[in-house]
Amino acid sequence: MADLRINFAGIQSPNPFWLASAPPTNSGAQIHRAFEAGWGGAVWKTIGAPVLNVSNRYGAWHYGRQRMLAINNVELISDRPIEINLREIAEVKRAWPDRAVIVSAMVEAKPEAWRDIVHKIEDTGADGIELNYGCPHGMSERGMGSAIGQVPEYCEQITRWVMDAASIPVIMKLTPNVTNIVLPARAGVAAGVNALSLINTVNSIIGVDLDTLELTPSIGGKGGHGGYAGPAVKPIALNMLAALGADEIVANSGIPISGMGGISTWQDAAQFLLLGASSLQVCTAVMHYGYRLIEDLCDGLSNWMDEKGFATVADVTGKSLPRVTEFKDFDLSFRAVARIDQSKCIRCNLCYVACNDTAHQCIDLVSPQGELVSPGAYDLRSNGKQEAVETRPHPAVRDEDCVGCRLCYNVCPVDDCISMIELPSGRESVTWGELSQNKPEVTEDWEAMKEYRDQVGIHIH
Amino acid sequence: MDFEGKQFGEALAEQLPPLSPNPAAVEADRCLFCYDAPCTHACPTHIDIPRFIKKIATGNLRGSANTIFASNLLGATCSRVCPVQELCEGACVLGADHKPIAIGRLQRYAMDHAYATGNYPDVKAEPTGRKIAVIGAGPAGLSCAGELARLGHDVTIFEKRELPGGLSTYGIIALREPVEVALAEVRMIERMGVEIKTGVALGTDISLSALQEAFEAVVLGVGLGRTPGLGIEGEEAILDGLEFIESSKTGEETLQVGRNVLVIGAGNTAVDCATIAKRLGAEQVTIVYRRTDREMTCYAHEYDFARSEGIEFRFLSQPSRVILEEGKPIALECLRVELGKEDTSGRPYPVAITGSEFQLKADQIVKAVGQHKPSLATLLALEAHKGFIAVDENFETSVSGVYAIGDCIRAHGAASTVMAVQDGKMVAAAIHRELSSNPAEASAEVA
Repeated sequence: MADLRINFAGIQSPNPFWLASAPPTNSGAQIHRAFEAGWGGAVWKTIGAPVLNVSNRYGAWHYGRQRMLAINNVELISDRPIEINLREIAEVKRAWPDRAVIVSAMVEAKPEAWRDIVHKIEDTGADGIELNYGCPHGMSERGMGSAIGQVPEYCEQITRWVMDAASIPVIMKLTPNVTNIVLPARAGVAAGVNALSLINTVNSIIGVDLDTLELTPSIGGKGGHGGYAGPAVKPIALNMLAALGADEIVANSGIPISGMGGISTWQDAAQFLLLGASSLQVCTAVMHYGYRLIEDLCDGLSNWMDEKGFATVADVTGKSLPRVTEFKDFDLSFRAVARIDQSKCIRCNLCYVACNDTAHQCIDLVSPQGELVSPGAYDLRSNGKQEAVETRPHPAVRDEDCVGCRLCYNVCPVDDCISMIELPSGRESVTWGELSQNKPEVTEDWEAMKEYRDQVGIHIH
Repeated sequence: MDFEGKQFGEALAEQLPPLSPNPAAVEADRCLFCYDAPCTHACPTHIDIPRFIKKIATGNLRGSANTIFASNLLGATCSRVCPVQELCEGACVLGADHKPIAIGRLQRYAMDHAYATGNYPDVKAEPTGRKIAVIGAGPAGLSCAGELARLGHDVTIFEKRELPGGLSTYGIIALREPVEVALAEVRMIERMGVEIKTGVALGTDISLSALQEAFEAVVLGVGLGRTPGLGIEGEEAILDGLEFIESSKTGEETLQVGRNVLVIGAGNTAVDCATIAKRLGAEQVTIVYRRTDREMTCYAHEYDFARSEGIEFRFLSQPSRVILEEGKPIALECLRVELGKEDTSGRPYPVAITGSEFQLKADQIVKAVGQHKPSLATLLALEAHKGFIAVDENFETSVSGVYAIGDCIRAHGAASTVMAVQDGKMVAAAIHRELSSNPAEASAEVA
């Protein structure tokens, strides 16, 4: 059985799953229950400056019948008195010596304020500190949270103050509300931080109420941007995680990364590990279903690791990073085409309309007699289940015209019905980077491009 | 056996409850939104089903109902009485490995919303002043009249019965379609500008020639006749199935149900009659049929439903005599039957076995063995095909300007409400084409 234990920048944890700093880690009583359920660690909801909260603070993005593909919040950092938080942190750590107890902190951008909070946290016996440079609402208006995280120089300065004061591991949490996630990460490296974590929430407005024309949720008739999190942000988080893994300065620093952003299942978790995370944080999924989720997160991850022959979490971490490249390194001669398994096809013909209207017009409708037909090509007097089913055309891909865009594969509602199969392109492998270097004229001039295409046999339909 | 009106209503109350908003949205979201969907092909009126379902999913119920009305003005009736298993739902791509989308119930959901909010189809066309007469206010006539009204024409329906609606009002068991639904649909057609004159029978109260003079086109949507005779001794004590259903819908005080009821025949009407008898207190209800469950004309889902109601089936039995006591039936004598070669209906011909008489106890016997062919064909000297009114591809009869639609022309295939609605739509389009290609001088004369 796979060993799920981790040692993250010196912080020990029986499994890689920590509750992220958020409402699920608001109090000692909650974290006791979370640890009873099996969570490996918890990042205490951010403590620091005094705040007051508002009602209707959580919005959500639902799609179809799926509730809460994402949550959006304008909740601030902990509104409980700091002394109570500190006392409960100490109690939890005493009761759960084997679990990771990390405390998220955010105070004014003053060295003494940060030094003071670091010492208070260390006095609790906590295992680590997470610097909240990410909160995109409320706190940022007061010069904290993402107001720091969006300026690499501020990140570096404050982190230096913290590193001077701290004797326990310090994690710097990054905001995704930047154009280049690498820059604040490098600032953390420069300041000597022990670890990074990402992503915090994304700036967002959930929507507008079509009856009242107020924002949703409405806070006494008003609304504003809040922090967006949950399954919908996972691809954004994975991209930023991979960007850090691909950056020489961050990667060579060797500092570990705690990944988060929409982790809901063990599959999500495994993907974060593969792209370079060595601890994982979860919030929205737990806010949806409760602490009990930890059981399948651990069980599923462990079973998958066993199947794949991974003994430890460290073995998984970063395994897919070498696959992350830029467009210029993709093989332009790689050719895949869509193949429809007619025995699985239910004839919904969604692939046809997607391809025909919005992709490359390379799926035909074919009658059961093998003739090409147009949609709706039945007589108005034809009806009944038998005629409808027996004359229903099926979609068929014209390989020679298929550019392998993969749209049909994505829209098909049947598992394993459409697959992308690799076909020989008959061309030598070449990347855009190589072309730019060896045949720069092809990349700069359409005439030269046309000649090149003709020469190697690339036909654009 | 007396029933309070209220009990009566409950016993035959609409079987399926309306969907409430959340289950409707859940079901609508299951729809894959197929392209050029097979459900739409399977629907005889070709309602754009994925489109109206997606509109339910997005909360656009007004648009959903309008999508249905665009193809089928009698969407409320069809959503209740259509054999969806054989049509739209039967063709649903989710049917093979999953549960098909409950299209009928979603359509009813959209229709109920339209009727509750008064969202009826608009008539946007300018009045053309051209007059068309429709005979019969059943589904075919109502559909035809509504479609012609939408095109701006001036339509009058002549209906011989007291209430309009045809079989929707009189002939379909209330647990599938309550009378109010049929009548609300009639009112909607009237709101579109159609005039309905009830209690006017063609041939007795008004002549075809008079109609031909006053109207530019005459459309016959007259349906079929009463239940044919069985030609057996004591037949006068057998009730007519259609009248039996009718009295359960509109004449509650006159309907008396026996303790031990036999229903002769195994089609849709027979199942409805048997269900009424059972629901209204009969101890034993048995359907007597001369062939077997393989040849019955009722749908498989109706057979399942009948059995779940506790209705029994007696196959391969041919009624030969009603045994009477003081003028009332006490039993039905039958002969055992063997199935022979295929007859013209494509089913094996039942051959009664001589000397195989047996008796089935009964204090009430109802016959539901189909309907007489339209007598009007002969009366009006129209050409007929297998006893039904013969029409060309534009539904025009052998008499120019006289059209026929619905059950009265259904020589092939099963007669059904939705087919009648489609006939009405197509004949309206054909008449409109004809009138449009033909300058309006004729109408000026009539006006």
